[in-house]
Amino acid sequence: MSQSILLYKLAHARTGDKGNRSNISVIAYRQEDFSLLQKELTEEKVKAHFGFRNPSAVKRYELPHLRALNFVIDDVLDGGVNLSLNLDSHGKSLSYWLLAMEINLDSE
Amino acid sequence: MTDIYRVACAAGFSGDRTDVAKPLVEELLRHGGSGCLIFESLAERTLALAQLERHQNPELGYEPLLSEMLEPVLADCVKGGIPIIGNFGAANPEGAARLIAAMAKQKGLPNIRIAIVQGDDISAPEFRSQLETFLSPDDQKTLTQSSLVSANVYLGAREIAEALVAGAQVVVTGRVADPALTVGPLMAYFKKDWTDWDFLGAATMAGHLLECGAQVTGGYFADPGLKDVPCLANLGFPIIEFDIQGNICVTKPSSSGGLVNRMTVTEQLLYELHDPENYLTPDVTADITQAQIHDLGSNRVEVVGVRGHPRPSTLKANVCIDGGWLAEAEISYAGLNAYGRAQLAGQIIRERLSDLNLRIDFIGSSSIFKSDIGEGPQLTSKDGFEDIRMRVATAHNEKNQAQRVCREVTALYTCGPAGGGGVRTSLKPRLNTLVCFIPRDLVRASYQFLKS
Repeated sequence: MSQSILLYKLAHARTGDKGNRSNISVIAYRQEDFSLLQKELTEEKVKAHFGFRNPSAVKRYELPHLRALNFVIDDVLDGGVNLSLNLDSHGKSLSYWLLAMEINLDSE
Repeated sequence: MTDIYRVACAAGFSGDRTDVAKPLVEELLRHGGSGCLIFESLAERTLALAQLERHQNPELGYEPLLSEMLEPVLADCVKGGIPIIGNFGAANPEGAARLIAAMAKQKGLPNIRIAIVQGDDISAPEFRSQLETFLSPDDQKTLTQSSLVSANVYLGAREIAEALVAGAQVVVTGRVADPALTVGPLMAYFKKDWTDWDFLGAATMAGHLLECGAQVTGGYFADPGLKDVPCLANLGFPIIEFDIQGNICVTKPSSSGGLVNRMTVTEQLLYELHDPENYLTPDVTADITQAQIHDLGSNRVEVVGVRGHPRPSTLKANVCIDGGWLAEAEISYAGLNAYGRAQLAGQIIRERLSDLNLRIDFIGSSSIFKSDIGEGPQLTSKDGFEDIRMRVATAHNEKNQAQRVCREVTALYTCGPAGGGGVRTSLKPRLNTLVCFIPRDLVRASYQFLKS
């Protein structure tokens, strides 16, 4: 049986927005978990996780000194703060959707 | 002893708490030494809203809460030699400066030196044709079909620094890059060269950490049981200590609530940042890829190793245009089969408004059965009980079309499912923002002192 853990248990996160682009930082609580996040939290998986919001691209930047990853997710905000009909037109809540991802532990 | 300059930030957006400046100023005075107080109150759309207000009344168009922000601290800052820098000028920096001058006079300070930074507003007709050439073809088309509300370029820190060197006690700006409010005083104090990219990079990230106010001191962070923050109702706003090497220390007033630790600072360092090697601002391209964060304890966190690369050749501009109307309307259903009734209400709305682009949400935890003091049934404990608020939203260029959402949801009182209550409706004009990049030499930034 495959083993997994919620990203919420491993990392904290914060969302910011510019227009129709969201960025979500993911910061490991423990230094020793950073390599697991690097390996499991790929651009492809994050894009698939946000699939229902139709992102056009996901770019991941790595900040090993800060044990952090920064995901820049394009066209995920239904047009952003000016155009979206969402209550949360900034997408400020989206960090908590990313933190709900299951991280595979099998390779550990 | 290292020469330290302190920058305290008392606002992270228009509408922030206005009782936070006084503890910051008290802290600056307690330390002695040099420092300033900044207010960042200009989000992307705030300036367009201010421009609309100025169209209604040419005396207005600056930060609506300006008096409340400055009233508690203006006299202490002027007497204590603490300059105040704010983008609270919004669409009318001169109007803001006149208000501050009047406030100062009332407090027995008749001759304070207030500088006004100008040149960010490029909405005048002579800019219009030039502006269009810098927009994407799609955005050009959008602009020709809408009415322009505001157009502002993000200015850098140089005019702020020059005004401070010339003796400004208050600097009022319109649109400047948010970190410029911090870079300006740091450049004025340390007198570094405007091509010292590493220093400018560090000063910019100091400004970046400050510009959202409490977001670096425990705001936008708490998650009960996991990331607890003490005393959120009395959050301390941030103070940055900066030295000539570009080392940053983030802290807050000692008696305040909130939290400054490695986690709060890391989250804010990456907030609204895309490529960490190339954070583009008018003054420098900042680079945090080698930055390190050291938690010193006692709500003190050091950030070192920020670097900088040459500034970009263009300046970013926001063009705000009329964006039609946003209508929102809500109605609640609670008790047995509430979700079923709310969904039926949604179906009715979709059938009645099939020609509109609708978003329908179903929201709810515990609300309308409770008394005003919060007593009532725990819905989760009763099988089949729900508390659902249906929200319908639409946007339309024509006001009367958008307004149909408000009317149809209101009509659900009598024409909809059983037990619907608590209708609220809202109809608001919308703004749309187009972004373009403008060659620097087309922008004429300057400052001048308010004439008494």
